[in-house]
Amino acid sequence: MRIEWMNTEELSGASAVTSNEPPSGASMSGMSRRAFIKTVGVAGGGLALGLFMPGVSRTALAQAAKPSFPPQAFLHIAPDNTVTVTINRLEFGQGVQTSLPMLIAEELDADWALVRSELAPAADVYKDPIFGIQMTGGSGSIARSYNQFREIGARARAMLVTAAAQQWQVKPEQCKTEKSMVIGPGGKKASYGSLADAAMALPLPDKVTFKNPKQYRIVGKPTPRLDARAKSSGKQAFGIDKSLPGMKVAVVARPPVFGAKVAKFDASKALAVGGVIAVLEVPTDRGGSGVAVIGDGYWPAKQGRDALQIEWNTAAVEKVDSAMQLAAFKALASQPGTVAKDADMNALAAAPKKIVAEYEFPYLAHAPMEPLNCTVDLKDDGCAVWTGTQFQTIDQAAIARTAGLKPEQVSLNTMMAGGGFGRRAVPTSDFVVEAVNVAKAWRASGKSGPVKVMWSREDDIHGGYYRPSHVHRAEIGFDEAGKVLAWNHTIVGQSILAGTPFEPMMVKNGVDSTMVEGMGEPYQVPMKLSVHNAHANVPVLWWRSVGSTHTAYVMETLIDELAHASDIDPIEYRKQLMGKDNPRHVAVLDLAVEKSGYGKKQLPAGHAWGVAVHKSFDTAVAYIVEASVDKGVPKLHRVTGAIHCNRAINPMSIEAQAQGALLMGLGTTLPGAAITLKDGVVQQQNFSEYTVARMPDMPVVDIHIVPSQDAPTGMGEPGLPPLAPAFANAIAKLTGKRLRKLPFDLKTA
Amino acid sequence: MVTLNINGRDMQVEADPSTPILWALRDNLNMTGTKFGCGAALCGACTVHLNGQPIRSCITPISSAAGQKITTIEAMEADKVGKAVQDAWVKHDVPQCGYCQSGQVMSATALLRTNKSPSDADIDAAMSGNICRCGTYQRIRAAIKDAAKTLA
Repeated sequence: MRIEWMNTEELSGASAVTSNEPPSGASMSGMSRRAFIKTVGVAGGGLALGLFMPGVSRTALAQAAKPSFPPQAFLHIAPDNTVTVTINRLEFGQGVQTSLPMLIAEELDADWALVRSELAPAADVYKDPIFGIQMTGGSGSIARSYNQFREIGARARAMLVTAAAQQWQVKPEQCKTEKSMVIGPGGKKASYGSLADAAMALPLPDKVTFKNPKQYRIVGKPTPRLDARAKSSGKQAFGIDKSLPGMKVAVVARPPVFGAKVAKFDASKALAVGGVIAVLEVPTDRGGSGVAVIGDGYWPAKQGRDALQIEWNTAAVEKVDSAMQLAAFKALASQPGTVAKDADMNALAAAPKKIVAEYEFPYLAHAPMEPLNCTVDLKDDGCAVWTGTQFQTIDQAAIARTAGLKPEQVSLNTMMAGGGFGRRAVPTSDFVVEAVNVAKAWRASGKSGPVKVMWSREDDIHGGYYRPSHVHRAEIGFDEAGKVLAWNHTIVGQSILAGTPFEPMMVKNGVDSTMVEGMGEPYQVPMKLSVHNAHANVPVLWWRSVGSTHTAYVMETLIDELAHASDIDPIEYRKQLMGKDNPRHVAVLDLAVEKSGYGKKQLPAGHAWGVAVHKSFDTAVAYIVEASVDKGVPKLHRVTGAIHCNRAINPMSIEAQAQGALLMGLGTTLPGAAITLKDGVVQQQNFSEYTVARMPDMPVVDIHIVPSQDAPTGMGEPGLPPLAPAFANAIAKLTGKRLRKLPFDLKTA
Repeated sequence: MVTLNINGRDMQVEADPSTPILWALRDNLNMTGTKFGCGAALCGACTVHLNGQPIRSCITPISSAAGQKITTIEAMEADKVGKAVQDAWVKHDVPQCGYCQSGQVMSATALLRTNKSPSDADIDAAMSGNICRCGTYQRIRAAIKDAAKTLA
């Protein structure tokens, strides 16, 4: 049976869905689609990668939320009862290939042991029901598909029940469902698999009822990943494992400076390498050019590239120097910029106490474990592409544009991805466009057949699309009681969104929402916030938790410093400053205090507590950490985390996401966690120079979830932001040093 | 042409002798369970066993492995220790993106062959060469200890 996901308007119409869910949640119950969009828009302040920040017009939202829905399938029930759920998101570690099927299976009353899952290719039907493009990001896969997937399950269940009732000549109301079986009066039983064909012939029901959450058997239960076995045995195929008959492998020599061009090159030595078939000049990102070496496999192609002799023309492009950039950013930071948030700063000059602080954050590479790759099979009348992408719709259009085809001539197959952290959600589709250009050059050279473009780790580290570097400057006036009188704050950095299709929606009055997200909130402080959008010839991108990677650090270390300067317990101080309107922040702080033993438990000598709380993607996370400093080296021993992500769909996955995100946050504090440039050239090559967290860095982590009945919020990213500030706050307690620079450097602090 | 003994079978590889084992496995033999992560022995994604010892296949040329025993992730299911490690991985729901896990399983299996009851420090030492960007280290630690118990 295939359940077609028809027009959302129809399915989510005013009376289409009734629900037993308590009214506290953003339930779909009796809610019109317009109201639903509105609710999500309001509740989803930071829900997306900032895609829908406060201030986004409702018109824009409504327009974006109107995808067309040609018939397509999310659910297939085979005669052998196997339930296959097709998910319209990229699976790259965050666990949606398990938790989205859980939503369908719950409402379907499927036997979880029979549920499988697969990734959807690019197609209109798979567009995000809220955003109108097929994408994965903003920690929103569960939040934005919560109703859609439950509805698909509920409708399929209703059709199976109707099919059984017709077969048995009873009323549907006389039937119930349990573990992929319809059970009728008098002990009648039929499996979903046996009913699937008959059910498929039925019309979609107008009205379905969501389960009462009290009856949940799957949602809310810690559920191991569907792909755990395949991923523990080498059997899981990723994009890099794609193989096609006759396929060749290409590596590209890209310009040493972003956007530079090949002046001339000598391919003779490359062509002399056994297994190298062709050496071709190709357009590269940002108007540059490079040289593709195409061979029988990665190794010959890579050897061929190493043997290339290329002279580059870098004259026309800006050559960024990190030290000079930092100095320029600092100079800008002391001048007022474009106002993002206003408040009266008159009290600043005469404030009895003051903190003036300047923060520095470097560029960061995502460095997912699977190096980027993209397989392209280009023909006269079509193009098939296989890659792990977070942006199917955008990439599909870019492939069509590059290949000179119509989008419907492009088939884009979503491959399981070995991490991404934002690097696979590229508004310019850089690595996909480049791969299509390689395929074009390959064909233009008289060859045919598929080509897989592979990136080395060095290519990845050098490849740009970094978390932008930033300087923050804060000037805070406060009184003896710790009351903040005026907080003047400036942020300098490159806008992630300027020049992208997202700019009209997410850059308002010159302020990029992803640069300022997380500033101020949830504290009731008079803050004037201004920004400078710096320009630099370095492509930048969202990096797991986006703006909160730096704003949370600045906010939570400064709040801690204010508490310390005012001689108030940092948790108490936070609660005072939050006021009454932030119950989820308070709930996570309280839970983390309770579970960590903060204030009660005696820590070993030389250890100290550190605290931070931050909400991103509508999920509040508090960490209470235990750290020490040994011979100038900070060490994180333990993290007690409390999460408020509303209804916990898969607690096992939530715990994993928190553990992973906080470790990535810890990684940003380690020496070497920085991308720097000199004369426009990235100075780090591989994991030898670009530090990421390793096993010995992993603290003992306990994660606790605040129970909630409300509609779920994000989980892929919110676990990252509060880690580094909590760690820094503990170090400040131990050393008296406020670390204002990432990665940490106690010597210069 | 180089003859490699992989998972107990002799296999002919038509590749330059300087080709790393990783690429012979992946591109010549279509054994893609072993992963490419850094190409410089820095991340451990490509870990295989050479005569039982964990090595980084991305920098080890096939010429140096001729006549020796290469064992890859594909053989772990039929290996007592490897199977225990895999089962523990599933039980503890270790993988996230999963890309590094072949290498993690190979390093963990090698550890448990020589150390029946590894401490946290032993695990740190044996596993620090295997990067996981998703941050599954805590569950890896728990899974290794669990596998050790199963094997005891």
